[in-house]
Amino acid sequence: MALLEIENLHVEIDGKEILKGLDLTVNAGEVHAVMGPNGSGKSTLAYVLAGKNEYEPTAGEVRFDGKNLFEMKPDERAAAGLFLAFQYPLEIPGVATMTFLRTALNAQRKKRGEEEFSTPEFLKKVRDAAARLGIGQEMLRRAVNVGFSGGEKKRNEVLQMALIEPRLAVLDETDSGLDIDALKIVADGVNRLRAPGRSFIVITHYQRLLDYIVPDVVHVLSKGRIVKTGGKELAHELEARGYAEYQEEVLA
Amino acid sequence: MNAEVATIKTAAETALAQAFSLARPRLPGDKAIAAQRDAAFAVFAKSGLPHRRVEEWKYTDLRALMRDAKPLASPPDAAAKAGAKKAGALVGDLEARRLVFVDGTFVAELSDTANLENGLTVRSLADALTGNDPALATHLGRLAPISDVAVALNTALMGDGAVIRIAACATIARPLHLIFVASAKPAASFMRSLVIVEPGARAMLIESHEGPSGADYQVNAALELFVGDGAHVDHVKIITEGAEALHVSTLAAAIGAKARFNAFTFTAGGAVVRNQLFLRFDGEDTVAGIGGATLIKGHQHADTTLVATHIARGCQSREMFKAVLDDEAHSVFQGRIIVRQGAQKTDAKMMTRALLLSERAEADNKPELEIFADDVQCGHGATAGALDGELKFYLMARGIPEAEAEALLIQAFLGEAIEGIEDAGLRESLMESVAAWLAARGQK
Repeated sequence: MALLEIENLHVEIDGKEILKGLDLTVNAGEVHAVMGPNGSGKSTLAYVLAGKNEYEPTAGEVRFDGKNLFEMKPDERAAAGLFLAFQYPLEIPGVATMTFLRTALNAQRKKRGEEEFSTPEFLKKVRDAAARLGIGQEMLRRAVNVGFSGGEKKRNEVLQMALIEPRLAVLDETDSGLDIDALKIVADGVNRLRAPGRSFIVITHYQRLLDYIVPDVVHVLSKGRIVKTGGKELAHELEARGYAEYQEEVLA
Repeated sequence: MNAEVATIKTAAETALAQAFSLARPRLPGDKAIAAQRDAAFAVFAKSGLPHRRVEEWKYTDLRALMRDAKPLASPPDAAAKAGAKKAGALVGDLEARRLVFVDGTFVAELSDTANLENGLTVRSLADALTGNDPALATHLGRLAPISDVAVALNTALMGDGAVIRIAACATIARPLHLIFVASAKPAASFMRSLVIVEPGARAMLIESHEGPSGADYQVNAALELFVGDGAHVDHVKIITEGAEALHVSTLAAAIGAKARFNAFTFTAGGAVVRNQLFLRFDGEDTVAGIGGATLIKGHQHADTTLVATHIARGCQSREMFKAVLDDEAHSVFQGRIIVRQGAQKTDAKMMTRALLLSERAEADNKPELEIFADDVQCGHGATAGALDGELKFYLMARGIPEAEAEALLIQAFLGEAIEGIEDAGLRESLMESVAAWLAARGQK
């Protein structure tokens, strides 16, 4: 069944239309890759799903688990099971990583009417997940992302995802700025979370990440619309031939 | 000169003059003290209340803000004393030695002056003035400048306060907690304290200023602090006056050589607050951390004015002041670092940041450096802005509701300043009261 349904979505930023009638359906348990050239609207799609302010939907519908996504605030979307792994994770000086993780996790659980984690339960969960991602105790003691390298920030996003256990994770260029070792760690972290009820939208410019996170469906996004959909072989095709033909297709 | 401009006396100025002439014959102290009071009052009589054309008071126009002057507070009755029993609780359980003043009068039965540590002497200013304590002649008025009108009025009208001496090399384990409480009367109190920390001694001094909302009382408090060579002194002032109160207070300190000195002010209460710090680095190689956190809302006005004068060489000072403003609150920070010619190798850095939670709030920052030495490291920075929307979105995208996300960011913002307090328990207590302030904000 469909977990996410996007129909004819139009989105503007500062009066400029970026998404121009995007359709996308993601069923539970599926991994969808959204590929496209720079400026095609990939990050806009990620942000509008997460509920960022400046991204204004002007037409179309998005239903998450049958509910109108645009009637939910960002924190409500998160509690409903939507997770965005940021392309550029933010540094939050003065907020300890552990405080942040715990506040986020318990806020979501509270909103869902679940019991908050006890301190020992929480600590064990974090320690286990962090160890699998090669995140040391020393990193956890720092303020959120402060002093982290680019790769460490991306791993921290995957750590948050592992703890939050979302129903739909949107990975916005999680591969950008990663060397091959870091890419494997991150992909490994994502693959471990793959489950029948859990879906992913993997947004990327390059096919490389998709060697490690193998998608069920690949979409080509160009000029604010999905212009082609295919299987995982489409990613290889794009890698070999580039995006040029799709950009022209829309123009034609 | 502003002082020469002939102005019509305001109601407050007239009332202050009357209060002084009425009180003058019965104010405590010998002839020398009386002369000191007269000289101080003459300064006020000449200049009147400071207003916006007086540079030091540019953003805190006391003439406009102080509509009237309240009568001098009378000694507290039993009810006022009973109401002060729980005062000073904000600091938490620090096992501090409490010295309680109600409406400007020392209340022995609420204070803890038994079993004083070796090297510690404590008496009330009223007692010291009546008994002609020799420390008064040598120290009182040496640091707090009567050229400042608030100090002038304090000097003219001072009634009570604490006189504390800590002998050389004594370590006073329990913090000394001066608790100034106002009862529900619309009255004015003028408190003056004197703290002499001799060389090599160690002490922590806390001042709490509080009172009930619903009473428009006025407080003018000043503390002169002498920090001897090699001494280590922490001073923390907590201002949580009632919502209608007018509070003016001054810390004037002279710090000796190779000392450690920390001063921190937490401001969350009062209608109008003016917090003055006049610090003088007299000895070489001292390390000082000066900070403050201000949390105001509604129509509250809070002014921090700091003048740090480096006279001796090789001192390091760090100033970090933060303010969070909601509604139509107004914060002022005026920080001046003066480096005299002989103060080579001074290392002074001053930072002031204001976080505006409302578009109607106003923060005025005026950092100044006056440097007369050529081999120094000095710098200052000032920022004012709203909460970072990107950070808020990041937190909300992780499921944290908006109010909680804002609270986390505000706590982080103030935490950076509060971290400068050495005592972990006190840091925690202040963070708790920040959290309480934020919780109250979330409920409006």
